[in-house]
Parts: sequence; C-alpha cells; structure tokens
Amino acid sequence: MADDLKERKPGGKATALIDGVLKEVKGLKDKALDDVQSLKKPQKTQLFKSIFRVTHDEKPRNRALGILSNVFLHLHPAKINRDAVAYNYTWGMGGITFYLFIVLTFTGVLLMFYYHPTKVQAFRDILYLEHDVPFGKLLRNMHRWAAHLMIITVWLHMFRVFLTGSYKKPREFNWMVGVILMLLTMLLSFTGYLLPDDQLGFWAVTVGTNMARATPLLGHEGPLGPEFGMTAFNDVRFALLGGSIVDSNALLRAYIWHCIAIPLIAGIFMAVHFWRVRKDGGISGPAPVMLESEIKEPRRF
Amino acid sequence: MDWVQLWEITTLPDNVPIVLLILVIPFYTWYGLRQAFANDRLIDSLEADPEMAKTHHRKTQPWKPGWAREVQVWPYLLRMEFLVAIIVTFILMVWSITLDAPLEEPANPSLTMNPAKAPWYFLGLQEMLVYFDPWMAGVVLPTLILVGLMVIPYMDTNPLGNGYYTYKQRKFAIWAFFFGFIVLWLSMVVIGTFIRGPGWIWFWPGQTWDHNKLIFEANRDLPDMLGITSMLGKSLFGGAVVGLFAVVTALGVHKLFTWNAFNRKIYNRMSLIQYLLLQFFLVTMMLLPAKMVARLLFRIKYVWVTPWFNI
Repeated sequence: MADDLKERKPGGKATALIDGVLKEVKGLKDKALDDVQSLKKPQKTQLFKSIFRVTHDEKPRNRALGILSNVFLHLHPAKINRDAVAYNYTWGMGGITFYLFIVLTFTGVLLMFYYHPTKVQAFRDILYLEHDVPFGKLLRNMHRWAAHLMIITVWLHMFRVFLTGSYKKPREFNWMVGVILMLLTMLLSFTGYLLPDDQLGFWAVTVGTNMARATPLLGHEGPLGPEFGMTAFNDVRFALLGGSIVDSNALLRAYIWHCIAIPLIAGIFMAVHFWRVRKDGGISGPAPVMLESEIKEPRRF
Repeated sequence: MDWVQLWEITTLPDNVPIVLLILVIPFYTWYGLRQAFANDRLIDSLEADPEMAKTHHRKTQPWKPGWAREVQVWPYLLRMEFLVAIIVTFILMVWSITLDAPLEEPANPSLTMNPAKAPWYFLGLQEMLVYFDPWMAGVVLPTLILVGLMVIPYMDTNPLGNGYYTYKQRKFAIWAFFFGFIVLWLSMVVIGTFIRGPGWIWFWPGQTWDHNKLIFEANRDLPDMLGITSMLGKSLFGGAVVGLFAVVTALGVHKLFTWNAFNRKIYNRMSLIQYLLLQFFLVTMMLLPAKMVARLLFRIKYVWVTPWFNI
C-alpha cells in the first residue's frame, strides 16, 4: 500500500482512489456552489415555490396571481378602478375598521390570559395587569382605545357609504349586513365595558340593562309586560344578566358574549359583508356621474 | 365660567373619543361635500353641453385616452392598505402610551355613581330617556333606528348618485341623513357628554356641576295643562294630538317629496309601500325633536297619557 502511494503509477490503486476522492470533493463543491447560487435567486427554490406558487416579479400576470393565490389577499380583485385607490373616495374607513377588529382580537386574546370573569378576581386582574404584567397597561389601553376608535370608524364608514349612494342597487343587501355589523360593534364594546368590574362599567351596564325592563311585552315594567306574565325573575333583563341584578352571572355572560359569541357572529357577518362587496361588483366607485335625463322608467309588475 | 371643569370633562380619557368625533365629523363632512360640489359642477356642465356628455369620462378625476381604466391591486392598493395599517398602529401606540384607560373603584351596588353615564356611543339613547319613557327610548326607538337604517336602500327610489358624491342629485336624502345622524344622534351624544351633569341636570358648558343642585321642574302633562281630568279623556285627547302631529308632519314631508320637478319625478317612482314606509320612519324620527322642544321649552312631560303607556 505504502509503495503504491509513493510511486503513483497511472492505473495504480492509489491513483484511482485519489481521483475518486477528488471527484467526490469537486462534486460536493459544485453542489455547495449551486446552493450558494440558489440563495441569490430564492424564488427558484423548492421552499419558495411550495409556499408562494408564483414568483414575485413585475409581470402583470404574476402580480395578479400573487393576489388570487393568497388566502389572505384573495378577497381583493386582481385589478381595481384606478380612481378607487385614492384616499378621497373611500376614506379607508371600512379597511381601518377591519384592521382595528384584528388589533382588538390580538390584544383581546392576550388580555384573556390574565383575566378571570369572577367577582373575586376580575377587578384584581385589572390591577395586576396595570401594575405587574409586562406591558399589561399598554395592552389594556390599546384594547380600550382601539374599541372606541372602531366605533368612530364604523360610523364614518356608514357616513361615506351614504354620501356616495353606495347602498343603491345592487348593494342594498350589503348595506343591511353593514347595519347589523355596526350594531354588533357597539354590542361588543358595551359587553366589554362591564368586564373590569369597576364602578364605571357596573353603572353603565346597570343603566343600559335597566332599559330592558321596559321592553314591551317582554319586560316586567314595559307596556303589557305584567299582563304577559313578566316579573323581575323571568323577563328579558333577567335573561341578559342571568339574574335580577348586575352580579357574577352578568359578569360571566358579558365575558362570554364579549369574547366568544359576538366575535363569532360578527366574523360570520364580516365574511358575508366582504364576499358581497366582491359579488356585487366590487367597490362602488368613483363611478361616472349619471344625468337626470338618463333616468330609466322603473319596471312595473 | 368654570374653565377647569370644562377642561376636566374634555380631557376625561373616555371622553377623548367624543372630542375626536367632534373634530373628524366636520372634517369628513367637508371632505365629502367638497367632492359632491365638484361633481355637481361637472354634472351642470355636462347637462349644458350634450355633445360633451357623450364623450366625457364623467369623473372629476383626471383621465386621458390611452390610460388604463384599472390598476393592479398589488402594489397600488396593497401598499395603501399597508401604509394605513402602519399609521393606525402608530396612532394607537401613541394614544395608548400617553393616555391610560380609566379604572374606577371596584363595582359597588350600594354607591351610586352620579351622574351614572352609559358608554359615550349610547349617550344618545340615555339622553332620549329624558324625552321618552324607557320602553320608547330604550327599546322601540333604537329598534326603529336600526330597522329604518336597514330599509333605506329599499325606500330610496332615486337612481342618481350611485357610486359618486353628489349633493344636487340627492338633496332630500342627504338632508334627511344629516338631520338624523348629525343633528339628532351626534348632538345628543355631545349633550349627554358635556351638558348633562349630576342628576342628569342640564348644565351649560362651563357651568359648575353642583352635586347639591336641585331643580324643582314643574313638568306637566299636556292634558293636565288643559284641564282634562278623566283617564278616558286623556287617552282620547293624547291620541288625537299625536295623530294630528303625525298627519301634519306627514303633510310637511309630502310637501318636500313634491317640492320641485325632480322631487316629483322620484316621488312618482315610489310604490305605495315605499311611500308609506318612508313616511312612517320620517314621522317617527320627527317625534324626537318635537318631544325635545315640548320638554325643554314648554316643560311638557307626556302628551299622550293612557293606563298602559305614556308618550
């Protein structure tokens, strides 16, 4: 063996071995170079292709596919009215409202880690959040202000949709869905008001639910309520509070409505709302103006 | 003038959204109407020049032949959305760092807050409690507001102004909405926040909220003022007054429906159901300002007194 290596005869065993090793090394080197090259073109990698399906370049087709093949973006059309991307038509209020809903879900889930919906714990949990939990105060503040802001943006969204007449044919139904979403937004905010279990929330909810006593037929102080068999222990207010006073059951009910039931319902309505925006022909404008002389006679039955 | 207290009410953390609202609503009203008037000028010039109407692209936005009518959502829309998300996040961050969410004492049923106020967005309903009994202010009217909003698209038979800002082509609709949204709903929220103090008493801005203030308001029922004593008489008289109010208001609304040739054209497109529905909601909406005037200026509590309900 040692002799073979010294002599290095062509065709000898040692030469073949070394050539073989060198070949292997060169092969590995080429592969490594390939891998380095692929880092320069990440869009060609199997990993990228498996995740994104289309390359991110400036070809119109790929830009469209980038929207259409992405589950989060596919609610958008691939193309949009050139004037509709300017801020002045939509004011962006619907989108901001949805973004705030996401912010509220995120901060809300984090807050749920620190909160027990019981009379003994609830208020202490808020104090704990404010004084001990890292960024707890920021979290609570952000949840609160985002909720207030969301109500303002919902109202402004409705205001804009009215001013542009966007509720008109064929978007009548989506306006109705939107009104329900506005109600759900206000109910979400209202049910959250009680959760800190402080004087502010307690009395606001007391004032709010006291009105339910007066529901016609279904409240024990409402018109025809007593005649209908309503007492303080079986009327609609009792159902809302889980009792005849704002107490631990009311706290638990507010918590479940706030964190589970209403977000789920609102999620379903939002899905319908966004779906219908697309199905009713996309965003309503800015449409070309119509003249009075162009009004067509309504179809009669 | 109690500037300190006015400042305290204005800067109360939970009132900041209302201050924000007072600023953004006028801004966006101006912003929308500015575009409406620009479109109205365009409509005027198109109506004056039929040849131009055939060729014009009919928008106030610039347009040149050869320009694509549509742009790609990515990047032109998505970058806007991304930017807006960043701006909103930034605003929320600053707001949350500089201003703490309110936290009062632990809930205590034996210690009543005075004034006990609902969240600001429900203060319109709480303010309505002054003018109507809870079954009306808390249940019937909110339901009617929601249902009334939902049926707007089915009552509005005006085909113009679909997808663009305009004032000229939708005067009635815009005035009705401004009246309901800004004059009634938002101003009641503002009254509930800034003007209603302890005991839900009316304090002008700058007037000190005196917790010991008592007002012996002699609120009377309209039938009592007129010396009607029997329950039957009160029921019949009140029903007649409310009925008369409805008829007079409906006539006034009808007058607006048929105000000019354009309004009559839209009116003629309405079916009977659409007409009656719109009349019902507008007359019901006018109940609120009527009752506000009756209560605030004439100290009338109820107009219609019956054994079962009072209005």
